[in-house]
Amino acid sequence: MPTPIVKTVLDNGLTIQLKEIHTAPLISHWMWYRVGSRDEVSGKTGISHWVEHMQFKGTPRYPAGILDKAISRDGGMWNAFTYMDWTTYFETLPADKINLALELEADRMVNSTFDLQEVESERTVIISEREGSENEPLFRLGEAMQTEAFRSHPYRNEVIGSLEDLHRIKRDDLYQHYRSYYTPGNAILAVAGDFKTEEMLGRIKELYKNVSPAPLPPHPAQPEPPLSGERRVEVKGPGETTFLKIAYRAPAANQADYFSFTLLDSLLTGPSSLSMIGGGGISNRTSRLYRLLVEKELAVHVGGSLQATIDPFLYEITATIHPKQTPEAVLAAIDAEIKRLQEDPISVEEITRAIKQARALFAYSSENITNQAFWLGYAEIFDHYDWFINYLELLGKVTTADLLYTAQKYLQPAQRVVGTYIPEGES
Amino acid sequence: MKPSITANWNSLPGPEDITRVELSNGITVLTRANFNSPSVVMSGYLTSGSQFDRDDKLGLAYFTSTALMRGSQSHSHQEIFEILESAGASLGFSASVHTTSFGSRALAEDLPVLLQILNECLRQPVFPSDQVEKLRAQLMTSLAIRAQDTEEMASLRFDQVVFPDHPYGRPEDGYNETIQNITRQDLADFHRIHYGPKGMVLVIVGAVTAEQTLEQVQRALGDWHNPDQPEPAKMPKATPLQVTFREHLNIPGKSQTDLVMGTLGPKRCSPDFLPASLGNNILGQFGLMGRIGDVVREQAGLAYHASASLNAWIEGGSWEVSAGVNPANLDRAVTLIVSELKRFVTEPVTSEELEDSQSNFIGRLPLSMESNSGVANAILNLERFQLGLDYYRRYPQMVSEVTPPMILEAASQYIDPEKLAIVSAGTESAPAAS
Repeated sequence: MPTPIVKTVLDNGLTIQLKEIHTAPLISHWMWYRVGSRDEVSGKTGISHWVEHMQFKGTPRYPAGILDKAISRDGGMWNAFTYMDWTTYFETLPADKINLALELEADRMVNSTFDLQEVESERTVIISEREGSENEPLFRLGEAMQTEAFRSHPYRNEVIGSLEDLHRIKRDDLYQHYRSYYTPGNAILAVAGDFKTEEMLGRIKELYKNVSPAPLPPHPAQPEPPLSGERRVEVKGPGETTFLKIAYRAPAANQADYFSFTLLDSLLTGPSSLSMIGGGGISNRTSRLYRLLVEKELAVHVGGSLQATIDPFLYEITATIHPKQTPEAVLAAIDAEIKRLQEDPISVEEITRAIKQARALFAYSSENITNQAFWLGYAEIFDHYDWFINYLELLGKVTTADLLYTAQKYLQPAQRVVGTYIPEGES
Repeated sequence: MKPSITANWNSLPGPEDITRVELSNGITVLTRANFNSPSVVMSGYLTSGSQFDRDDKLGLAYFTSTALMRGSQSHSHQEIFEILESAGASLGFSASVHTTSFGSRALAEDLPVLLQILNECLRQPVFPSDQVEKLRAQLMTSLAIRAQDTEEMASLRFDQVVFPDHPYGRPEDGYNETIQNITRQDLADFHRIHYGPKGMVLVIVGAVTAEQTLEQVQRALGDWHNPDQPEPAKMPKATPLQVTFREHLNIPGKSQTDLVMGTLGPKRCSPDFLPASLGNNILGQFGLMGRIGDVVREQAGLAYHASASLNAWIEGGSWEVSAGVNPANLDRAVTLIVSELKRFVTEPVTSEELEDSQSNFIGRLPLSMESNSGVANAILNLERFQLGLDYYRRYPQMVSEVTPPMILEAASQYIDPEKLAIVSAGTESAPAAS
């Protein structure tokens, strides 16, 4: 069965998490930086994501394109993601090829060039990425709602940044952001797979021994006070389909309420996969809101989203409105169901069922080595790896009283933004 | 340097660890055990695809497949999902041109439940009228959303243009008017006539032994028969375009325009497939989307996504380049892509490019089969395209034997840069100033 993980912090501050898994001759290597849109200021939104793009543009040792080619040649996969709280880079490779990932990640922590011409070419690529998202009604609605949900916290901004800032940001802004946040003390290196811990640790120490410690970068964002009342947003655009989205302020991942909220989400809109990188899901036809909205033909689809974040973010319910219905009718039905959650205790059977679903999703999302390594770092960002280890146990401790309390505390109209996408229609 | 063949090759599915059994009623069962995770994946298909749909009821095979779980002789829609979701299991059906497919997963202890529900849905669906109408509204909404999706609309129109009067040119999910035409009785009739065990394939991968699996499958599906199940009609041969076709679908209010351009491609069983596939990797996949990605994204900065794909099916295929661009940059992107295609069909790829892609093809196989669902999909393809159980063992050798002239021959056989289908979808825009 799985070996325990080994956690080490080097003198320069780099946190290392290692987990041996010998089920396949593969190793997955993840470098996590504590930087994302949460660390961005007005005028520089989208800068963390842009820096992530620039990290693929080369260093003197590995010029642009070389890395890509080298990893693809070895049959590996690699990618990077920027999110609100973090930016992460991963490589999954045959075990005997992992040296490439180890070396390139150590190299680009320090040596990326941020060539001016590459910066300009990437500006239009990122604007194109944003334009692709703007084609989606739910992106436009979500962006408008996030701005309403937070007055000052950077969670109010989309990770990709505003179009104005994408035109405004300069090469030196990017480079400075990179130098401030890409430091060993601000990073977590997580490796899982087919290796011997002692050997792997020795190799990592060798690679990072000359990376100087740096002052910890600022993370100025602070949780905001509760909303002062319900806010409403309406976005108009092309199409024939109306969408309703409700965003409640939710607990942070390291708050005790997070686990009871996870079960509330499962009861309301169905169980969600634990991992952010796939692993298979479960349908939600027996969830309360599917039965209420879709079975009764108020909506044709409903889903929920609760995310593990450092500061309290949002719990979002999204419904695609039935062509013969109105968003008002759907909102009224959801409100009635939430009132029920706040007043009537949930049966032990319902809780037990939600926990079995969580156990199955946990098994699916632990199936491959890439996902295992993902968890080694991801959980450290907003809490500790123990959060992941104890996840099922903590869900199992949630009581009927906890669920009532959480529903009453968070699912209040005054603590939400209600958004509708109104299609302008066309012939 | 020639690509190396990795040492862990025998960990891939092969004749020694795949059990393949044909039941007497025509169902082929393939199974492979994996006890590293407590879960099981089940996937497969039947021969009831949209090729049987009449034009005025296009979408019938798809509608039928999505209606299977809306109620059986033993359980209602909600009861079916209560059983599945309580176990943390999933099951879903869909349909494409050749097949009705299904995919599911569960904890291994719940495989008998999964098979029981599969059996009920396949053999005893009742298509309750109220559920059929709910489903129709959902399908119509999906079509309304599709009509706004620039990528899907460009792709749909591309298929129509490249495969005129051919089942591959018709969208499996139909059109508004054809979905409206379909009655509850049509679903029941389609099911009665076209669903049957003949030609059905079932793959099960996970923490169960082959003996357990076969016994459970035999018990659930071994007595299914449908003597009337028809053979699919022979498909017409698709003919290449004789001149370049260009069309823009105007979808107002969109920031990005999606572009799909290309030609017919080889079918999966064609000897051209592997050279074309390696060539496609060089053209628009390898690294950050190959030569197309390099020219359109990296050098010109025109697009976030720009790539090429080879879609090889049983009776034919397509070879497509796609990109999402600002409306003002559409013509520039088309010109760059045409110029890359011209180079691709006139000059052999370099031996370095080919070796990169050969290494990539060989090296990525173990990673693609790391999970149960990856293995199940790989085994399903062995059966679907009749590749042989030892295909993944022979694969490195076959890949290594492809040469630059073979790629050039395949490329020039299928792609004529003067005879392309070029379809874009998005908001009309004045041409760029420069």
